[in-house]
Amino acid sequence: MSATAETPHVGRPLRRKEDPRLITGRARYIDDITMPGTLWAAIVRSPEAHARIASIESAAALERPGIHAVYTGEDMHDLGGPLPMAWAPPGIEINNPPHWPLARGTVKHVGDPVAVVLGEDRYAVVDAAEDVVVEYEPLPVVTDPEAALNGAPFVHEELGTNKVHEWSLAGGDLEAGFADAEVTIERRVINHRIAGAPIEPRGVLADYRAGSMTLYTSTQVPHFVRLFAALLLGISEERVRVVAPEVGGGFGAKLQVCGEEILACWCSRRTGHPVKWIETRSENMAVTHQGRDQIAHVKLGAKRDGTITAYHVKILADLGAYNMMMTPLIPSLGAFVMGGCYKIPAVTTDITGVFTNKCPTDAIRGAGRPEATHMIEVMIDQLAAELGIDRLEVRRRNFIPPEDFPAAVATGVVYDSGNYAGSLDKLLTHLDQAAFEAERERLRAQGIYRGIGFSTYTEICGLAPSRITGPTGVGVGAGLWESAMVRVHNTGAVTVYTGTSPHGQGLETAFAQIVADKLGVDPQVVEVVHGDTAIGPEGRGTYGSRSLANGGEAVAKATDKVVLKAAKIVAAELEAAPEDIEVRDGKFSVKGSPDKGLTLAEVAGIAYIGAVPEGMEPGLEETTFNDPENFVFPFGAHACVVDVDAATGKVSVVRYVAVDDCGNPVNPLLIDGQVHGGIAFGIGQALYEHVQYDDEGQLVTGTFVDYTLPTAAELPSFETDHTVTPSPVNSMGVKGVGEAGTIAASAAVTNAVIDALRPLGISYINMPLSPMRVWQAIEEAGR
Amino acid sequence: MSGHVAVSLNVNGVQHRLEVEPRRLLVHALRDDLGLTGTHVGCDTSNCGACTVLAVQADGAEVTTVEGLGSEGNLHPVQEAFWNDHGLQCGYCTPGMMMAAAGLLAENPDPTEAEVRHALEGNLCRCTGYHNIVRAVMDAAKQKSPTVGASS
Repeated sequence: MSATAETPHVGRPLRRKEDPRLITGRARYIDDITMPGTLWAAIVRSPEAHARIASIESAAALERPGIHAVYTGEDMHDLGGPLPMAWAPPGIEINNPPHWPLARGTVKHVGDPVAVVLGEDRYAVVDAAEDVVVEYEPLPVVTDPEAALNGAPFVHEELGTNKVHEWSLAGGDLEAGFADAEVTIERRVINHRIAGAPIEPRGVLADYRAGSMTLYTSTQVPHFVRLFAALLLGISEERVRVVAPEVGGGFGAKLQVCGEEILACWCSRRTGHPVKWIETRSENMAVTHQGRDQIAHVKLGAKRDGTITAYHVKILADLGAYNMMMTPLIPSLGAFVMGGCYKIPAVTTDITGVFTNKCPTDAIRGAGRPEATHMIEVMIDQLAAELGIDRLEVRRRNFIPPEDFPAAVATGVVYDSGNYAGSLDKLLTHLDQAAFEAERERLRAQGIYRGIGFSTYTEICGLAPSRITGPTGVGVGAGLWESAMVRVHNTGAVTVYTGTSPHGQGLETAFAQIVADKLGVDPQVVEVVHGDTAIGPEGRGTYGSRSLANGGEAVAKATDKVVLKAAKIVAAELEAAPEDIEVRDGKFSVKGSPDKGLTLAEVAGIAYIGAVPEGMEPGLEETTFNDPENFVFPFGAHACVVDVDAATGKVSVVRYVAVDDCGNPVNPLLIDGQVHGGIAFGIGQALYEHVQYDDEGQLVTGTFVDYTLPTAAELPSFETDHTVTPSPVNSMGVKGVGEAGTIAASAAVTNAVIDALRPLGISYINMPLSPMRVWQAIEEAGR
Repeated sequence: MSGHVAVSLNVNGVQHRLEVEPRRLLVHALRDDLGLTGTHVGCDTSNCGACTVLAVQADGAEVTTVEGLGSEGNLHPVQEAFWNDHGLQCGYCTPGMMMAAAGLLAENPDPTEAEVRHALEGNLCRCTGYHNIVRAVMDAAKQKSPTVGASS
């Protein structure tokens, strides 16, 4: 069976199959789903950052009309266990105190849930929640991670420490590398705390009936939620169904097993009513897991010609008050690509995680890799300045060359493919240095300092090869393969069941393109179904830029199995050998005779009538579980032009050019969309966003008034271009791209600001680059 | 019911009479009382404005929601442009973006990119980086567009 010569659909910028329901307002997000008899849940949350719960009085709340019940942590004593933390790295001790859906005894961060009020009206339960009186005995608060590391006060008294864990990834001879170095530079690099902030907050609708639980939840991982709902509620897994409806953005914030999910399920079983909880934005800012928050001591050693000889990164990660599903693992994901695009013989990352009285952190877009890329890309600019060598030239001297791929790097991973000089060359074709310098000069006279910054990145995604990440490897307690079932129907239409769980990525279109090409049909007759654990095989969700490289490969392989069976059916019909059958012009035909073939519909007709060859089962559907051999490593080169108003410190992004390589493109429209959104996310962190707590652990940035997401007015249009370097890891040669823009962007912006402000005596600055902080830096440098 | 106020609303060409608490938000009346769930709440902290309009304030008003902008087979140029230009990913901000865009184009049929960006300042998107949204609005402007109003 030979592959089709043309790919009429893969590679084309088809508009999305998802869009009709979305643009007509007919999509069903969690709050759009209703059931008779539903009780609304309002959660009573701690206003204290750290306190003992002395008493909870719910009598007044219960007196309000329509209020059915108030429950506390003590009521939920029948749970099978606390909320999960799914990382157990071999040989590493992780302090993991229990984290319950409703707090027991103490609260550890502002917003920690204490009680739930259930009632018939969504406004009335909020009123009733305010009537619940909780007496708190405040305890000492710790918010500074460095102070937390040094001793009391302890977030979890029983531990006698705030340290969560210590984890290292070392490769090469670091000591020899630094001995070899002719220059060494050190910096303290801050990667501040951000929120995922999807425009749709979280929400759940739990419905327990006669021993079975159905949970609708705005999630990226319905199968993970189903497993833990079953375990924690003591319901056998086959009687638990989790459905992700239309999900309004995730960004990692919905990659979680949430207390509220378990809570709603428990309440539904307890009351015999469906229970619905829709998160307010204020709740989302306070208790949906947050991202980043690292303080790093970074040391880079190099020769005078710019060749890097050693790189040592020590990270202090502020993990918040509890471990959630992957909390302590996140910084480690960056460790695998800590050396970036560069051929560095010795790279070591030491990570220490600490508890503080803040919301827990976990995966947020990029998850460890934005932090790692920010460090190496800022440091290489710092090195260039130190040596007086052009910053792009220093990069080129250190790039892993194309002939090295697949390239085993010092951290122990093997980069699948790369052409870093190629993407940088392409980036430079979009830039006019002379014009830039002239404009920079002109603006200087007005007190505007223009700068340009670069970020040449690679990253690790396509999660994940199970043998590397599983219990005996990195220590993740789950196989991160992905599944697909491809079912051809009686009439030749096709349904694809994917275990991924998209929430804006466009997989219903991209997967249809892949299947359509292989089966010789129109993508319009290929329906992609996702997000319901009752339908299709077990899956592993959407995150970590995995859905195409891992999930799409599963779809491709399952389709190939269908093609194999179809070829045998057609071969029997046409009295040919199966290996002589190809798909051409919408037909399965003998090579060389494309008009004498059968359409997929005709093949399906034979399969479902049962007129299949001797020994073959009827039907036409196949399932695949794809466990990739390796991660995939997209890469690229970004340039950011900023204007800094020296009088106010305000930074404006005036131009952003991105060259990205995510392997063979399936749908260029979707790729650019991910790049745009990823860049905006990274610019958001660099310039506008900062989750802030005061010294008492009070959340200062509790609304969108204070946590300023960039609007259309803050951002320019982006210029995108691409190189194509296929991945050898999968049959389609594809990589991920959902996080790449974010991973690259914060360094490009920061390097641009530094470039802009060098004339004012600033050679280094940390994020966040708010007007106040930039202005302060300018003032200090001026003294 | 005591404490409730009568409100008359014409939504997408259909006349409605509701009894609401004075504090009931218009967006909840549309979504929960009238079943028009195309309008989404994402902020509730006064950034987009959806939580600042009460149902009682809309008494006697004509309201057009995304469900009244266009329909399958009869899309508004803004909807068509958003679809063609990949102006949406998760779709959650999209109804608001499209209504704001339709409102802009009704007043300013040929906006510059800067004017489009300024007009959309009150609508947050986390997925697209706004790039294709702006492109979609500019492209919609190039077509002959009906003004925002209740469609049949």
